[in-house]
Amino acid sequence: MTIQVSTDLDLQSVDHSAHAVYLSDLCERLDLDQLALGAETAALVQSLRDRASALAQELTLPTTRQEEWRFTDLAPLRQIKFAGSAWRQRVLANPDSEAFKNLILPEAVARLVFVNNCYMPELSAIANLPTGLAISSLAGQGGAIAGYLGQQPGAEEVFTTLNTAHLTEAAVIRVQRHQVIESPVHLLFISSPVPASRLVSPRCLVVAEPSSSLTLVEEYLTLGTGTDLINAVTEIWLQENAQVNHTRIQRHSQTDFHIGKTAVSQARDSRYTCHAVSLGGRISRHNLKVHSTGQQTETTLNGLTVAAGEQLADTHSAIGFSQPHCTSHQLHKCIVSDRARGVFNGKVSVPKAAQLTDASQLNRNLLLSPKARIDTKPQLEIVADNVKCSHGATVSQLEAEEVFYLQSRGLDYQSACNLLVEGFAVEMLEQIPSATLRRTLSQLILSQIRTEPA
Amino acid sequence: MIVENSEVILSVQDLTADVDGTPILKGLSLEIKAGEIHAIMGPNGSGKSTFSKVLAGHPAYTITGGTVLFKGQNLFESEPEERSRSGVFLAFQYPLEIPGVSNLDFLRVAYNSKRKHQGLDELDVFDFDELVQERLAIVKMNPSFLERSVNEGFSGGEKKRNEILQMALLEPTLAILDETDSGLDIDALKIVANGVNQLTRPDNAILMITHYQRLLDYIVPDYVHVMEAGKIVTTGSKALALELEARGYDWIREEEAIAK
Ligand SMILES: Nc1ncnc2c1ncn2[C@@H]1O[C@H](COP(=O)(O)OP(=O)(O)OP(=O)(O)O)[C@@H](O)[C@H]1O
Ligand SMILES: [Mg+2]
Repeated sequence: MTIQVSTDLDLQSVDHSAHAVYLSDLCERLDLDQLALGAETAALVQSLRDRASALAQELTLPTTRQEEWRFTDLAPLRQIKFAGSAWRQRVLANPDSEAFKNLILPEAVARLVFVNNCYMPELSAIANLPTGLAISSLAGQGGAIAGYLGQQPGAEEVFTTLNTAHLTEAAVIRVQRHQVIESPVHLLFISSPVPASRLVSPRCLVVAEPSSSLTLVEEYLTLGTGTDLINAVTEIWLQENAQVNHTRIQRHSQTDFHIGKTAVSQARDSRYTCHAVSLGGRISRHNLKVHSTGQQTETTLNGLTVAAGEQLADTHSAIGFSQPHCTSHQLHKCIVSDRARGVFNGKVSVPKAAQLTDASQLNRNLLLSPKARIDTKPQLEIVADNVKCSHGATVSQLEAEEVFYLQSRGLDYQSACNLLVEGFAVEMLEQIPSATLRRTLSQLILSQIRTEPA
Repeated sequence: MIVENSEVILSVQDLTADVDGTPILKGLSLEIKAGEIHAIMGPNGSGKSTFSKVLAGHPAYTITGGTVLFKGQNLFESEPEERSRSGVFLAFQYPLEIPGVSNLDFLRVAYNSKRKHQGLDELDVFDFDELVQERLAIVKMNPSFLERSVNEGFSGGEKKRNEILQMALLEPTLAILDETDSGLDIDALKIVANGVNQLTRPDNAILMITHYQRLLDYIVPDYVHVMEAGKIVTTGSKALALELEARGYDWIREEEAIAK
């Protein structure tokens, strides 16, 4: 058996050893029910799904023997049999419940809500959209997703394939040419746990047409405590001169598993900014892949990961340039306490054609306990000779002198540490386009971490 | 101002302290009463900052002997934050920069931790804003400094003013000012000194550490102590400071040697 793999694909080695866990063993068979979709969309989705399902049969769960997964051991996933479709009955949710109201961002211009990957019209708010903005679930689609859905490079990667094989629902956003959507569009993917563990496959497609502008908040969370595997895929297309300001919040419970892919394609002169905040998951992984296909693209990646207890939080980013005069700026911060682990791998590839690239990358890590751990690895692949590329990584602890300074002004040890942790995080939060969300995140971070004296 | 029979704020007896096993304070004794202003002078490395940080509870120093009573209570029994809340304040020789922490938030949290200690309600953002504006005037500080991170990118003089602003908010019983005058030009010195003078009351006390008698023209001390190799070797009036400035410290060492 052979599998065609594209060149930038490291995930795709097939493991034939006795310990190999095939993806098909990971979850119960999905009885892929008839999609309630228009004929054109249904045909498209079905063909994507068929292709991915066939591929998924052959794929195995990555192991730490693979370089891309060296620090992230997925063995705990093997212990769990994830339920397929049995749970997919529609959950009735009450839009007036306090729990739900707390999730609403007053700044948002529109909201699309999925609970356990079922679209929830009664929780969503997509009436009176501004001109040029189209938002819907998969069922609301005409044929406008052809050529975009499932078409980003890297579609054959293990977890992306798994997501596509289970594709039943998606959030679809399209901004028309020249339209500027300043207030955020809020996508909310809620897990509402049941006694079983489930494989949940959220999907999101964003198309920003030429010279359009979009602010997007994509949020994953669990109401309660779950042990699901949330395997999300988001594809974002920025056409010429488009701008997308993307906030991605992952705050599942600390016992869930989250694997998320953000695949971004940037045409010439486009500007993409990502604020990724990752708090939840026993094991979480964010694969952030940006493909710059034209000249003068600008990419800004801001990331904040917080891990505590036994959590393992992994961010793998990759920016691939192909044309001259592009810039990228990346700042990724991790705050790790207890026995948790943070992983950061930041790849930047600058081929010969991408002269005059200006790329910077900085990874700053704050360890709050002697047992907390960070694995950080920049991965610069630079072939072009006339470029400006920098990278760096720092690992630090809270400064004892700073803690003392605050204590000498009346703050107790924990409050002093909290203030310093907030000070470390604030840079990554302050650009998030919702004060409500910024406040929620600050509180969540402080309730998650614990500082031990060194 | 020396007041007969006023309350003893700080009483230090034969204090000795180490850093990493090296003795720094070697039998320091000092008494400060309510209403008084004391100055400590002394050569570099004599242990002045160490003494101030020991009083504030810095964890790097180990107390090896002696006693320190603050308003009759053993100071070493309480944590740094408890000392602060009960009225000990140290204006640092080198105030730290704390990136990411807004000065205003920091001041509010500090102020409220004292209020809480006193059993008072915490001030909300609006009420605190009003209070801080009023206190800014004491050190003639531009309100824009509230929006910045604590001391980040502040000039030396601005950092010192920010320390006095904190003092103005916390209204300590004992304020220890470690070289608050160093690096200030004459205008800034006048502002800081004037601020401190506005904060002196009959029921509080000030301990200033300085190298320059210039400061003492603006904040007039009741006592001037000379510290040398970890202890107070001479105590006098303001005139002693003038003499030190004119003659240096050597003559004190000589007199000490003769006395022995
Ligand atoms: N944390 C520390 N670690 C090591 N040595 C220290 C520490 N703190 C103080 N010392 C040492 O103790 C001695 C006294 O230092 P201290 O800062 O108290 O002097 P000072 O009188 O304030 O001097 P200056 O006038 O220069 O400010 C010095 O020899 C100094 O190097
Ligand atoms: Mg000193």
